Amino acid sequence: MKSENLAWLIRRHGIEMTHLSGGSHIGAILSVADIMAVLYSEVLNFDCNNPKSDTRDRFILSKGHAGASVYAALAENGFFPVEELKTHYQNGSRLSGHVSHHLPGVDFSTGSLGHGLSAATGMAYAAKKDKKAHKVYVVLGDGECDEGSVWEAALFANHNELGNLVAVVDHNKMQSMDFCDKTMALSNFAAKWSAFGWNVIDINGNDHNELKNAFNKKFENSKPTVIIANTIKGYGISFMENDILWHYRFPHEGWEYDNAVLALHKNKPADVVDPYTPNGIENPAEIPDGADIYNDHTTSATWHPTWNKEG
Amino acid sequence: MRDTFVKTLISLAKEDEKIELVTGDLGFGVLKPYFEQLPNQFTNAGIAEQNMTSLAAGMALEGKTVFTYSIGNFPTLRCLEQIRNDCAYHNANVKIVCVGGGFVYGSLGMSHHATEDIAVMRALPDVAVFAPGDLCEAEEITKAIANYEGTCYLRLGRGGEKRIHKEIKNFQIGKAINVKNGKDVAIFSTGAIFEEVEIACQILEEKGITTTVYTFPTVKPLDVKAILECADSHDLIVTCEEHNVVGGFGGAVAEVMAENPSKARLMRIGMSDEYCVKVGNQKYLRNEYGMSGEKIANKILEKIK
Repeated sequence: MKSENLAWLIRRHGIEMTHLSGGSHIGAILSVADIMAVLYSEVLNFDCNNPKSDTRDRFILSKGHAGASVYAALAENGFFPVEELKTHYQNGSRLSGHVSHHLPGVDFSTGSLGHGLSAATGMAYAAKKDKKAHKVYVVLGDGECDEGSVWEAALFANHNELGNLVAVVDHNKMQSMDFCDKTMALSNFAAKWSAFGWNVIDINGNDHNELKNAFNKKFENSKPTVIIANTIKGYGISFMENDILWHYRFPHEGWEYDNAVLALHKNKPADVVDPYTPNGIENPAEIPDGADIYNDHTTSATWHPTWNKEG
Repeated sequence: MRDTFVKTLISLAKEDEKIELVTGDLGFGVLKPYFEQLPNQFTNAGIAEQNMTSLAAGMALEGKTVFTYSIGNFPTLRCLEQIRNDCAYHNANVKIVCVGGGFVYGSLGMSHHATEDIAVMRALPDVAVFAPGDLCEAEEITKAIANYEGTCYLRLGRGGEKRIHKEIKNFQIGKAINVKNGKDVAIFSTGAIFEEVEIACQILEEKGITTTVYTFPTVKPLDVKAILECADSHDLIVTCEEHNVVGGFGGAVAEVMAENPSKARLMRIGMSDEYCVKVGNQKYLRNEYGMSGEKIANKILEKIK
């Protein structure tokens, strides 16, 4: 499947899954969708009939709250029926909100931030010791990089020259309650990775060509590589973009769901079939006057401490 | 005990190239024989226990049997969530080794006293918990966990422990070891405090009190059968551990006895839910906090008079 088509389906599944379940993190699912789509259509070597194949590339979604994106990518690649995606969050389902390895194709469970890079580093280290040719890919959030353990792993991977390790940071500039810069600034983010000894590629992470070029880039050294994928949280649905509200809020029945699906259909590739609403939304609910959109929901919008002010 | 562990691991690792030892920058001198003989099966992960533990999980999921090594609370409490989510939940073959259970690093202060580790590790599903009482047990446990599929916690003393068992025939994970049989009191011990229990037994015997003694090299899974048999045949069960009495070995025995009424009463000996604020070596602190052989004997005499 073309990466653009997979990206569209990941977004569409993400809307449906969070809509049906009342689940959180649609903003993160939308920002990471292009990264996941390029990985699962062009980069990762896997076999859905042999998910534990020793020669497969390993993949960890360390920002486990965007679990719906990996579930959608796996289902669309034949690891389990697409129909099962609708059980996300439901009683008795295999699809927990955060990523679970009790599902074919998932190498590692995540959900608590700051674990995935270390685990991926261990996988890459073992592969290097055993002279195996596969690579290990891990996707982190930028807010996740607040965790000290991320930098412990960054030190280790550089020290042990893990050229078989590729980290991607979904750099959507937002975290749970606010923009990263208003929470704990990641100042000179690319330079930080560079200072830790990593190869750094800084790209537009919602652009498939830039993603493909980044994954294809070869370095004449044995250092680990980080792709800083600059993305937009909520990408593809304008009223969700860059609004922290949609880190938690799900598209409710009515105008929210209708307009989210409509927004996706505006950019639907012609050869993709929407599995839920094949004809889009007929007679969509209109966005009501005074709807709480395009407003600032960040903590710093209404939190004004004075201790750090002069006088 | 530390040296016995290293010596045993060297012989195991020579036979099994999947075995890896990862240290959190501790073991100066002690690990030298290991890394000199097995340079490709050794890693110093630096002073970064969280990364060390998840790293070990990642390596284990690729087929390695990984021993992580550090002292005191560093390999457990510092990276507890990494043990829970990354090792235990994935059934990863990671063996967490702590040197310095209890007051081993006595004079170094509270930060270096591992006195809640058994309780915390025991609370994690799919983590087997071991505390050898002497060098024989340390050797047997090391061999057993290297061949055990899944996550383990091995709590060692340091050095100077004696070989108390003459030999251990047919060591089994989850089986307590019967050291002697008497009729007045049954003493259960886990870890290096066993040497104090030996002293306590001598004192008690001089006063005409006979003791049944079991060591519990495995705290989890617990040997329920041994506990219930002793509870039926003795009036008093005493647990000894160099650890808080809350949630640890004594807590585990209490859980079993509470659910299986018997004639026996239970007395737990260990730290009385407090931190150590005194300064001194292991022997000194054991006595100050009521775990020396003499103090153990006195507590038992008080109870049965």
